[in-house]
Amino acid sequence: MNLFSDPRWGEALAHLPDYLGSHVRVSVAALALGLAVSLPLAIVARNRPVMRGALLGLASIVQTVPGLALLALFYPLLLALASVSLKWFGFGFSAFGFLPAVLALALYSMLPVLRNTITGLNGVEPSILEAAQGVGMTELQSLVSVELPLALPVMMAGIRTAAVWVIGTATLSTPIGQTSLGNYIFAGLQTQNWVFVLFGCIAAALLALAVDQLLALIEIGIRARSRARAGLGGLGIAALVAATLVPSVAGTSAYVVGAKTFAEQYVLSALMAQRLRAAGLSATAREGLGSNVIYQALVNGDIDVYVDYSGTLWVNQFHVSEIKPRAELLAELKTMLAKQGVTLLGELGFENAYALVMPRKRAEALHIRTIADLAAQAPTMSIAADYEFFSRPEWESLRQAYGLKFRAQRQMQPDFMYAAVASGEVDVIAGYTSDGLIAKYDLVALGDPRQAIPPYDAIVLLAPKRAQDPALRSALQPLIGRIDIADMREANLRAAGGNDASSPEAVARWLWDKIAKP
Amino acid sequence: MNKAKRSNRMQNAPPIAFAHVGKSFDGGRGAERVLAVDDVSLEVGKGEFLCIVGGSGSGKTTLLRLANRLIDADTGEVRIEGEDVRAADPVALRRRIGYVFQSGGLFPHMSVGANIGITPKLLNLPAPEIASRVDELLDLVRLDRALHGNRFPHELSGGQRQRVGVARALAARPKIVLMDEPFGALDPLTRDALGDDYRALHRKLELTTVMITHDMTEAILLADRIAVMRAGRLLAQGTAAELSQSQDSYVIELLRTPRRQTERLNILLPQDGAA
Repeated sequence: MNLFSDPRWGEALAHLPDYLGSHVRVSVAALALGLAVSLPLAIVARNRPVMRGALLGLASIVQTVPGLALLALFYPLLLALASVSLKWFGFGFSAFGFLPAVLALALYSMLPVLRNTITGLNGVEPSILEAAQGVGMTELQSLVSVELPLALPVMMAGIRTAAVWVIGTATLSTPIGQTSLGNYIFAGLQTQNWVFVLFGCIAAALLALAVDQLLALIEIGIRARSRARAGLGGLGIAALVAATLVPSVAGTSAYVVGAKTFAEQYVLSALMAQRLRAAGLSATAREGLGSNVIYQALVNGDIDVYVDYSGTLWVNQFHVSEIKPRAELLAELKTMLAKQGVTLLGELGFENAYALVMPRKRAEALHIRTIADLAAQAPTMSIAADYEFFSRPEWESLRQAYGLKFRAQRQMQPDFMYAAVASGEVDVIAGYTSDGLIAKYDLVALGDPRQAIPPYDAIVLLAPKRAQDPALRSALQPLIGRIDIADMREANLRAAGGNDASSPEAVARWLWDKIAKP
Repeated sequence: MNKAKRSNRMQNAPPIAFAHVGKSFDGGRGAERVLAVDDVSLEVGKGEFLCIVGGSGSGKTTLLRLANRLIDADTGEVRIEGEDVRAADPVALRRRIGYVFQSGGLFPHMSVGANIGITPKLLNLPAPEIASRVDELLDLVRLDRALHGNRFPHELSGGQRQRVGVARALAARPKIVLMDEPFGALDPLTRDALGDDYRALHRKLELTTVMITHDMTEAILLADRIAVMRAGRLLAQGTAAELSQSQDSYVIELLRTPRRQTERLNILLPQDGAA
């Protein structure tokens, strides 16, 4: 099939007004805020060496923080601020999505603007400054009508750099709940939809290029003292912003379904959104949310519903180290959630637990059936897991229960782990029980006789504001207890198919057909 | 009554008067303070054209800047039209004193017209009035209205730039003009022409002019009176004829160059007896 006749291009295009609009809005807001802060600071600091050094130093340090981390840090910070403001001033604000993204990106934009503004202003010849004074200008008049216009070309170069950085980094604001062109990239990476990844990258690059060229037009216009060119560039920027504002004003939907950053979550959120729409409710999916962000987003009502896993909440959210039997754990979890106003609507019927996984043939050859069997041979083996597993309590618990010790530990992208263990590149992986690749590669999940890993039942959670919402409950009720591990594995396998039938929407439709059959 | 008395006194007061003025600068890390202007007393009469002559570091530019408060004196008193400059608002003071800068000091991002009209604009004059004033000034400094008004400084020759600098200094109709080596960087022909043109303007507009130069010949040819500075001190002042009687070795040395040049020129250039 021709690459460009792939229907996923069309699907990607359908998301463009929403994703691009949000991307431009968050970038423009961040850049505007960054300029509003950086320009006055640069003007004040230019003749104060100590302040100038401190400012540039701070801005440089910010620049060394990876974009993803900077964005993620703003979420808990704002969450704390919001609760303080609610307590003291009686109003809170959403620490989700737009606000943290704008603040983090604005901070990110500061260095080039600060540096170039200071350099530009300090580069104005002393004889010109003296002339400005000599013809009778006040300090402010000299700044506004002589220094700033002369520094403007250098300043514009800094603003261009900042704009390109902000537009590029804004793709990383998806995990903190801000829709952006990053939605394509995060969703595409998780569902092996390379069309989406490519589309997101190209769209972000084109946007950055377009904005850079329009700003370049303004810069050249200023240098050549051509108002026409500068005006044309300004007009282009204004048109871009206006064009992306139009579609977004249109529809805000009633229900927001959240999804974390892996394929199963994309499928389940698509499934829930489809059920809501089938019940005549309007629903959108908010995908690619960080694991730590999504629960708070639900508590704050930024999203209405999502699927989490009992063990994840137990360990990560409520920090309980004791691992209890399944039913007991669920019952206790339900009360803990209720204390925060969150409704546990029910279990979907399958478990997505961590499990130590290895090729079936190899396990049989080595007589390994459980983790206890594995422990004896582990010192000669290597293990691979996702980026968080080795710092999770489950790993600690496993090591203590079985005295596990491996020759080597590696971290890798979850999608690549299964192929790695199947090919023998690593001996064991910490996989997910619902992953379809376990069947595909003929792998086996080792037993956990000492119950070191807590149960991970998939559960549907409702936001406090939706606790008494019969329409929502009845729309989602048909899913409860209906998705078994075999169905979910197959759905996950389909979602990782990398073809046109593997979009979360299509897989969700397949899954619904499968479970709706009597 | 009081006011009338004051304005009367001001009318009779010299336009510029320095009385025992001193100014020192920080010599940099650890170095001693440098006395740039040392106890200078000097008056410039109404309508007078005074040249201050001296080498670099003689303090002549510092003295000029003290007059419109580009810098402030440490000691002594500077009076403009009888008023102590320390009591004046420096910005307002600078707007009523024309200043021509060494290298022109034109704003590179403004057209010739905008450069000339800057001080009237700062004084909030209406735009049409500024426009006609700019045209008038272009005529005055013998630049073509249509040809030069909309150009930018980098499109002009050095001489044209200095003409614009003079026009800008005259834009707000000042009675006093301060010039800091205005023609120093020009070729001799242009310099001569500009000097003559300015001298004519000085007379026509009844200006009081203080001009700095390191060139004694230029000073003798243009000025009514010459002040000689060296190492921050005022060595001598007077007409060219008066200076030629001076016993000061530095003044004699300064006058030697134009004298020798005159002799050489008299020998080398055949006299045109018919003229």
